[in-house]
Amino acid sequence: MKATTLGSLRRKGGLAFIALILATALGVAPAAMADEAKAAATVESNAATIAEVQSHADYVWTLVAAVLVFLMQAGFAMVETGLTRAKNAVNIMMKNLMDFSVGSIAFLLLGFGLMFGTSPTGWFGTDGFLLSDFAKDADKWLYAFWMFQVVFAATAATIVSGAMAERTKFSAYLIYSAVITALIYPVFGSWAWGSLHHGNGWLEKLGFIDFAGSTVVHSVGGWAALWGAVMLGPRMGRYEKDGKVMAIPGHNIPMAALGVFILWFGWFGFNPGSTTAGNADIARIAVNTNLAAAAGAIASLIASWGIFRKPDGAMALNGVLAGLVAITSPCATVTPMASVYIGAIAGVVVVLSVLFFDRIRIDDPVGAISVHGVCGALGTLLAAVFHEEGFTMARLGVQALGVASAFVWVSVTAGFLFFLIKKTVGLRVSEEEEMDGLDYHEHGNTAYPNFQLIEKR
Amino acid sequence: MKKVECIVRPHLMEAVKTALQEVGVVGMTVSEVKGFGRQKGHTETYRGSEYKVEFLPKVKIEVALSEELVEPAVEAVLKTAKTDKFGDGKIFVSALDEVIRIRTGERGEGAL
Repeated sequence: MKATTLGSLRRKGGLAFIALILATALGVAPAAMADEAKAAATVESNAATIAEVQSHADYVWTLVAAVLVFLMQAGFAMVETGLTRAKNAVNIMMKNLMDFSVGSIAFLLLGFGLMFGTSPTGWFGTDGFLLSDFAKDADKWLYAFWMFQVVFAATAATIVSGAMAERTKFSAYLIYSAVITALIYPVFGSWAWGSLHHGNGWLEKLGFIDFAGSTVVHSVGGWAALWGAVMLGPRMGRYEKDGKVMAIPGHNIPMAALGVFILWFGWFGFNPGSTTAGNADIARIAVNTNLAAAAGAIASLIASWGIFRKPDGAMALNGVLAGLVAITSPCATVTPMASVYIGAIAGVVVVLSVLFFDRIRIDDPVGAISVHGVCGALGTLLAAVFHEEGFTMARLGVQALGVASAFVWVSVTAGFLFFLIKKTVGLRVSEEEEMDGLDYHEHGNTAYPNFQLIEKR
Repeated sequence: MKKVECIVRPHLMEAVKTALQEVGVVGMTVSEVKGFGRQKGHTETYRGSEYKVEFLPKVKIEVALSEELVEPAVEAVLKTAKTDKFGDGKIFVSALDEVIRIRTGERGEGAL
């Protein structure tokens, strides 16, 4: 009984649908034909329309990519909170939230102009602050380009919150976050990418390759993370006097894994999106990106399996990110096979780097320095090694110069900034605050009010 | 009246509960606890550093019983909670001074 009623309803609905389509077509067709007769297409008008369509494709792709990169903020938030303790979860969320919020405004006021404004010296931009380029009839491309660039700036900023997790004063962190997006990131960015808009950088003039920002974004964030972690000192109980490294396990490995998946997803906007053009190039870049991530995961797995006798979940997750960071610079100028090598090398390097920083007692709860700083530099150098046009020493030299200048610039500026904050506002929370957890003292919240937390450390 | 406390492996709690009910136990309180006896903890690694997990998760089942039910209850727990490996747990039997049902105010064996 029920079946036949449904069947006859479907048939009636189908007939009605076909009738609707026919009516629409019959109604529209004469009108369309009349329009065509009015505007005779010329070669010039066709060319203009085709160019407009391509331009619109550029807009669409750039903005979709920008939104994908925005979601990486969620990825960073999940990775960082998953690999740290529950008593600091609210604090991590707040730092990541404000990285993007404060960063957006800072980049609006100052950063974008410094990075992409007219640059007479080749060292920093001098106009375009407060979106002053935005006249009423300004080229709308500026909006799309700004949108794409602000999410990159925010990515650099949010890298640092992981390395400085669980012991940084929230107010101190806000100050740092504003300065990196307003000043530190954009100035270096202008050296490598200024000509993408109105600027021109001394580094890019030498032929420096950093397509989507292994150095510009990731190393800048990574070295700032390094100096932040150094200025802060390790978390309490992390290193024993006899040199033993005490593990402080993260409270939610599934969340960390979710974060890595979200970052991997967002990276498909980060790398292919850097074409800022809707064209066929984005395909190979996407393939390269994916292969490097996969190779990074496998390489880290094998490395940690060999070193610790067990495949370590957190290390494999870091391996994915290492591969992604490393491929970010060469993604447009290498073959897919080379991407596998690049990802695999990064996957091994990141495991060794995490162990190294623990050995020299620099406490990095999430491995941000290793993933972003070290592997960012590595990827930038490998862009010369695996360049599809062949390896040249000259190109390697320019890449190395870029890596070194990023390290020097960030060490001086971020190092000085953290030193200044330490001496004025104070960088680190008190021992009691660190023991109780930042959520309670800094925010008056609990992340998980229904759960009782019993911890040994 | 006696109080019987059993510390058992978490995954055997269901089996122990059913066995207790079969011998006539009508109520119990269960809590998640951590502990160790002769079962040593184990070592885990996290991002390259090892750490010892000494306190192992267990489940504590508490029941208040009249004297006649104690032996059947103990037998039931022994039958279901035993795996012949270190870490099976322990049963503690202690004397209960008083039992009061909150709803009615009853005291003594009738409140069990």
